[in-house]
Amino acid sequence: MEDFRVCPATGLKVHKPAELLIKINAVTAIVFILIGGLMALLLALTKIPAIHLLPSDLFYRFLTLHGIAMLVAWIIFFEAAILYFTSAVLLNCRLAAVKVAWLAYGLMLGGALMAAVEILIGNADCMFTSYPPLQAHHLYYLGVILFAVGAILVCCVFFGTLAVAKHEKTYEGSLPLVTFGAAAAAIIAIVTLAHGAIIFVPTWLWALGVIQHIDAPAYRLIFWGFGHSSQQINVCAMVAVWYLIAAVTVGAKPVNQRVCRTAFVLYILFIDIASEHHILVDPGFSAAHKAWNTGYFMHLAVLASMIHALAVPSAIEIALRKKGHTQGYFEWLKKAPWGNPSFSAMVWSIAGFGFLGGITGVTFGTEQINIIAHNTWRITGHFHSTVVAGTTMSFMGLTYIVLPLIFRKEVAFPKLAKFQPHVFGVGIWTMAIFMMFSGSFGMPRRHWDITFSDAAFSIPFDQTAMMALHIFGVGAIIAVIGGGMFVLVSVATLLIGKDIK
Amino acid sequence: MIEESKKAEEKIPYWQVFYDDIMLLFFLSAAITFISFTVWGLMEIGNTPVMPDYTF
Amino acid sequence: MAITSPERLWWKQPVCGQEKLWISIALVWCIFITAIMPYWHFFGKQNPSQEYYRVSPVKYGAIVDKFTAKHKVGEEAGIPVVDPPPGDIFIAGSQFVWHPILKLKSGRTYRLHLSSTDMVHGFSVYPMNMNFMAVPDMDYVLTIQPDKAGEFFIICNEFCGGGHHTMTGKIIVS
Ligand code: HEM
Ligand SMILES: [Cu+2]
Ligand SMILES: [Cu+2]
Repeated sequence: MEDFRVCPATGLKVHKPAELLIKINAVTAIVFILIGGLMALLLALTKIPAIHLLPSDLFYRFLTLHGIAMLVAWIIFFEAAILYFTSAVLLNCRLAAVKVAWLAYGLMLGGALMAAVEILIGNADCMFTSYPPLQAHHLYYLGVILFAVGAILVCCVFFGTLAVAKHEKTYEGSLPLVTFGAAAAAIIAIVTLAHGAIIFVPTWLWALGVIQHIDAPAYRLIFWGFGHSSQQINVCAMVAVWYLIAAVTVGAKPVNQRVCRTAFVLYILFIDIASEHHILVDPGFSAAHKAWNTGYFMHLAVLASMIHALAVPSAIEIALRKKGHTQGYFEWLKKAPWGNPSFSAMVWSIAGFGFLGGITGVTFGTEQINIIAHNTWRITGHFHSTVVAGTTMSFMGLTYIVLPLIFRKEVAFPKLAKFQPHVFGVGIWTMAIFMMFSGSFGMPRRHWDITFSDAAFSIPFDQTAMMALHIFGVGAIIAVIGGGMFVLVSVATLLIGKDIK
Repeated sequence: MIEESKKAEEKIPYWQVFYDDIMLLFFLSAAITFISFTVWGLMEIGNTPVMPDYTF
Repeated sequence: MAITSPERLWWKQPVCGQEKLWISIALVWCIFITAIMPYWHFFGKQNPSQEYYRVSPVKYGAIVDKFTAKHKVGEEAGIPVVDPPPGDIFIAGSQFVWHPILKLKSGRTYRLHLSSTDMVHGFSVYPMNMNFMAVPDMDYVLTIQPDKAGEFFIICNEFCGGGHHTMTGKIIVS
């Protein structure tokens, strides 16, 4: 029993080894958002035409690192922390196979560092998509594979913990909704990582010279079964975090368990096939394959998002009305705890994911509309809405809960923390909107020089779109400041934050 | 009291049992994704005809 | 609470009217956007092409070279310019250029073959903003009918190596 402590605030029994793993994974995630954020600043300063900071080779190198550090490392390390939290802590249970969890951490850290080093020394200027025949050093692929194996082990530990909890009867009946949402994320993660293994192992052997040829269209198909489905892990984890933050900050109760769980089940069953929208303008796939996989069943997953979009805010409204904020339609909204950074980050996340990310995503996923969006900056704007304005913001909000609850530290610089989500939110929205705006003129993504000064034809790019790049830049810099505030508050809390007894 | 115990005995609805069965959900998820997206896609790539010869 | 186990028979909890209404609206909307796709496919004018063939990058490069030699009428910025008759026409992405430059006639129908002789490239027509992938190992046939005269640029919008941002090309419609 000495492996447990009882949380004075919630009465939950917390398994100490699990707590340590949550801490180490969360801290590692924050280190990677710092690295990725630094890259983001340099990239943004290069994209602003008046500054054009980096030389082209460094731009592409840092863009590759930005993708790996943010999309892979920051997000997935944080998700590991979430999986341990929603299983061991919320179920009052011991974490199954603590040693495996540490092995998983080691593999993920080793893999991420290996990939990052290979990128930085110039061995992998290939973007995180690494489409063959573009080839990186074999150690880069090995790094990605090690990371993915570690992530699979994290999911195994999570499912193991669910089994232990059931067996030792640490909860009754069904899983809590948040844990169920995390389970949805873990299920999708395993399907996703299986695709990763299927495609990265041969590609690694190809880089080693064992295999002669990787078929380019087949790589693109399976890679996106990995690359896009992993975004669906983020969606599930983010929605689970919304329910979690709403419960902790205002005591919101899911209005209807059946509805909320159905939405998660729809994600589990149908969301992965949406990977198709990456290959809508690719040769090799029939219209039937394209329309089926972006059509009805995938839209059932969209339906799920619409359900959450009603369920979470209405749960919050009901909870706040119960607290007595009942005047008119909107008193509850005015009296909501806006000063609580967890709460405001969650609201930013819901709005950003729903209005900016979701709507644009569904639109671009239509075969014909994809023709005018594919690989333009519209796409970059879209996924900075989903995975940054959505997922990243919700994880920031969760951090402000985890710091006191798990790290048992008072959040340092509370004033700064209070403004952090708003600064980051304003920055990211501005940045993403103007990315999409210039993308609608055909502005290409992953492009160092939109003035085409060294090209065969110096294409006179639309001046409105060029102007928009400056507004994008302002947004990006504000977002970097907001991200910096987040890292500062978190690190300061760890180093100098007052202990909570 | 009688009503309470009645409720405790009532059988769990099938749908609820289904939703609680994480393993089953996992297999369905994997099956749908692999069949509908991956395997079908690979079959289409595999069945692509060879480009005819063009002589000029 | 969302962080504790629900009541034993949560499935039986009734769904309230407002929720039902919202879900119905959302469902109808999802059916609508699903129906749009086949509708657009059969009745719309612009769809991603369904015609594609297997071809090795080497062979495709050879075909494009022969095509270029046959119809070459000049050179611009070091890239050959071709003036082919309506029918099969070819363009290749090669690090870091789109070649040849195509001279087309407005109102005529062409079968534009698109592929790569090396990496994956992105075929982006500016300022029309139409985007397709040029994937090695695959010949992608786009049936096109230019309807506006003028110069159209091609930008590469998929990262294809260090000179990616210098990769451009041109289509001239008269
Ligand atoms: C501080 C805020 C951020 C800024 C200013 C920023 C800026 C940028 C810029 C300028 C690009 C290059 C776009 C292009 O030219 O194609 C980019 C790409 C990207 N960013 Fe961010 N970003 C930020 C945060 C994030 C976060 C938090 C994530 C993920 C969780 C993320 C994921 C990505 C990805 C996946 C790419 C695409 C990389 C590629 O094309 O290979 N970004 N970002
Ligand atoms: Cu290119
Ligand atoms: Cu390129």
